Amino acid sequence: MNRRLLGFLLFAVLLALLPLAFSNPYYQSIFIFIGINAIVALGLNLLMGYAGQISLGHAAFHAMGAYGSAILTTTYHLNPWLAVAASLVMAVIIAYVMGIPTLKLSGHYLAIATLGFGMIVHIVLVQWVSMTGGTSGITSIPPLSLGSFRFDTDIRFYYLVWACCLLLMVISTNIVNSRMGRSLRAIHSSEAAASTCGVNVPRLKLGVFVLSAAYASLAGSLYAHYVTFISPEARFGFPFSIQAVVMVVLGGLGNIWGSLLGSGVVTALGELLRPMGDYDVAAFGLILMLAIVFLPQGVAGGLARLSLRRRTPAPPSAPSPQEVPHG
Amino acid sequence: MSDWALSLQFFCTGLTIGSIYALIALGFTIIYNASGIVNFAQGGFVMLGALLAVSLSLAGVPLPACVVLSALLVTITGCALERAFIRPLAGRPVITPIIVTIGASILLEGLAMLIWGKDALPLNPLPGPPVLTVASAIVPFQSVWVLGVSVLLMVGLRLFFDRTLIGRAMRANAANRQGALLVGINPGRVVLLSFALSAGLGALAGALIAPITLASYDMGTMLGLKGFSAAILGGLGSSPGAILGGLLLGLLESFAAGFISSGYKDAVAFVVLLLVLFVRPAGLLGWRKAGV
Repeated sequence: MNRRLLGFLLFAVLLALLPLAFSNPYYQSIFIFIGINAIVALGLNLLMGYAGQISLGHAAFHAMGAYGSAILTTTYHLNPWLAVAASLVMAVIIAYVMGIPTLKLSGHYLAIATLGFGMIVHIVLVQWVSMTGGTSGITSIPPLSLGSFRFDTDIRFYYLVWACCLLLMVISTNIVNSRMGRSLRAIHSSEAAASTCGVNVPRLKLGVFVLSAAYASLAGSLYAHYVTFISPEARFGFPFSIQAVVMVVLGGLGNIWGSLLGSGVVTALGELLRPMGDYDVAAFGLILMLAIVFLPQGVAGGLARLSLRRRTPAPPSAPSPQEVPHG
Repeated sequence: MSDWALSLQFFCTGLTIGSIYALIALGFTIIYNASGIVNFAQGGFVMLGALLAVSLSLAGVPLPACVVLSALLVTITGCALERAFIRPLAGRPVITPIIVTIGASILLEGLAMLIWGKDALPLNPLPGPPVLTVASAIVPFQSVWVLGVSVLLMVGLRLFFDRTLIGRAMRANAANRQGALLVGINPGRVVLLSFALSAGLGALAGALIAPITLASYDMGTMLGLKGFSAAILGGLGSSPGAILGGLLLGLLESFAAGFISSGYKDAVAFVVLLLVLFVRPAGLLGWRKAGV
């Protein structure tokens, strides 16, 4: 058994045992939010860390999952799983339509387009009262269930979220280590060189963008069915889009474990800073700036470097394989 | 009111807010040209300019001096941001400083909330009669100040970039960074100057619009993003484009709010942004292959 698989299995076992150590529902809900955020970060990290593109509007895809699930189950009484799937398809189609023109251009046009799209979606969520409930949002969203088993307690939902998250981690790892992942890394180092080698650059970028939108939508659906109440201010505006980017950057670009770490750090930080009252916004901004300056490879990269330094007396000069080539 | 009279009213309102967008868009353009960075803290400079002007006026400083002083203070803030957080990132991928500016905008907003609180604060308009009547339209006299100062600033910037050695050095640096380096232009100083200029412009925009819209800690995000949309509409990197984009965006928004729906007013800028990206990504006056 190779070390990577062993590490993954150990992590899965640890996750399975975690709720036994923390029976307090407050901690369990934090772990659930870490899982939901990690799903968004995993998808966004594929886009940012491997395709070298940024999305400043992932909250919009998150909102599509959440509001799609909420509206389809409360207004149209659809089965929750079908609602999750339908919202996912909608997010995928919209990401596809938006990605086609913007990803053909070089430069960060996708960032600008997603920024605009995210703002529009948020405004529509607030204004389209008859459909979205406006600022008061949508309440009594039904939980997900399998037969008569309902995921309606923290502990049950915890296992559901982390099962999804682990599955998506496996999918992401496989993508990264496949032909597609190698092509993506080639794009990140040099688009011209990659396309000379026969990589269809726009199509591959489009694929990753659509995939990241699907991750965000799924996470949104999970959020809606867990919290059972959603409103536009919660996490469907520009601040959450930024928070998702921060999770990826703070965790480590192009590092799958980093996405989990980033989500954990940012989510926990939000909770830790909460007692500071109004100081939390300023503290979050300052921590973000300092982290970017002092942790170029994110927290995951920083930890890896620390462990390397401890094992070998001289710091390695060669870049680690995890390091993302600068494009 | 007849449709024509209404249109005139919307035109005046649109022109006022449009010139504010233009000033903010110019700030984006200047930093982008100097460094390739999209400065998401631009909205923070605007907000800081407005709130500092409020505090200074409460301290008894005469209003015109408030505007100038607050612009100076924000200019210093901009320089400090560049020195402390942007300069150390030289050589890193351009996305890194962009994310730092996002962090800076969160920091500025958070600090402003602590210092000035969450309520919107009023600021007295600059001296003049309370309102001005243009045919059938009634506009606050502050609009005249906004337009006048904006035009002065735009002309001043034009002269600065065309006639002064420093301004021409900045243009050379924008056109070809390596070429500029070869003739002895220090790119670090150009970036510092660009942050100073943009911060000052943003603060002036904030202090000028505050008497009309009130000043609050969270006014910067929307103004900043709309200024950015204006810069994209005009063509990121083009100064005339930034002015044209700002004015157009202000007018579109004002007419859409008046004739379509005021609830969706804020969406206009972003719909325009998406349309530009899909139809003409270089923007109206963009002359080079732009990218963030």
